Amino acid sequence: MSMEEDLPGTGDQKKFLYVNRRAPYGTIYALESLEVVLIGAAFDQDVSLAFFDDGVYQIVKDQDTSGIGMKNFSPTYRALGDYEVTRLYVEKESLEERGLTPDDLMEITYEDEDDDWAEKPSVRLVSRAELSEVMAEQDVILSF
Amino acid sequence: MKFGILVNEGPYTHQASDSAYQFTKAALEKGHEIYRVFFYNDGVNNGTRLTVPPQDERNIQVNWSELGEKYKLDLVVCVAAAQRRGILDESEAKRHGKNADNIAPGFRISGLGQLIETGIECDRVVAFGD
Repeated sequence: MSMEEDLPGTGDQKKFLYVNRRAPYGTIYALESLEVVLIGAAFDQDVSLAFFDDGVYQIVKDQDTSGIGMKNFSPTYRALGDYEVTRLYVEKESLEERGLTPDDLMEITYEDEDDDWAEKPSVRLVSRAELSEVMAEQDVILSF
Repeated sequence: MKFGILVNEGPYTHQASDSAYQFTKAALEKGHEIYRVFFYNDGVNNGTRLTVPPQDERNIQVNWSELGEKYKLDLVVCVAAAQRRGILDESEAKRHGKNADNIAPGFRISGLGQLIETGIECDRVVAFGD
């Protein structure tokens, strides 16, 4: 049997998952990951984001970078809905391990075109086990 | 199998670029196709021809350029990441008023869309990072 027969994603869209597991500042990974997501949105693929480990800090609300001379790029996550990026998986255990609750996260929403443009939350809280299932479904995982 | 390679760390500090090179070389020797090698984050620093490592050490940039030459690889450096880190080709240098360029032989500068396209076109994308 050829390896090709095992490959997922036989439709015309592939499932892309962007994995974010580092804090928003301290390294450039979060910012440059977001830049890939924004460019990738133009390609009409099935896109999701995952936030776990320190990556959950990327979408914490009320970020203030005025003391470190860096641009606060966190508002961009709230614009993802406009790019039809509507699924942000956040791992519950990573929040709990850091003393965070869902209330500490930014309100990130999208307008559901299949439901009369109703505004719906983009953040989906998932357990570690559920997140592993999400990852197993993907065609392409880009981890930064 | 058709592979896409993503290199997210620069040379020497991290092993990522060495590992990506070894993987790419092994895959090609086994008869697989490498659709593209995309350099992102500090990975763009693999694409400067100005590195001068000690002579008894591997030259990571030359390794990539020689492998690219041998197999006609598409070695692509992300333009946005490259501009941040001072990796320029002749036209980029001119456009930004810089008096030199430093892109290595066989590398080219292009946009992030090339990474997404790699994901769409390949059977597997293998990322090398920290």
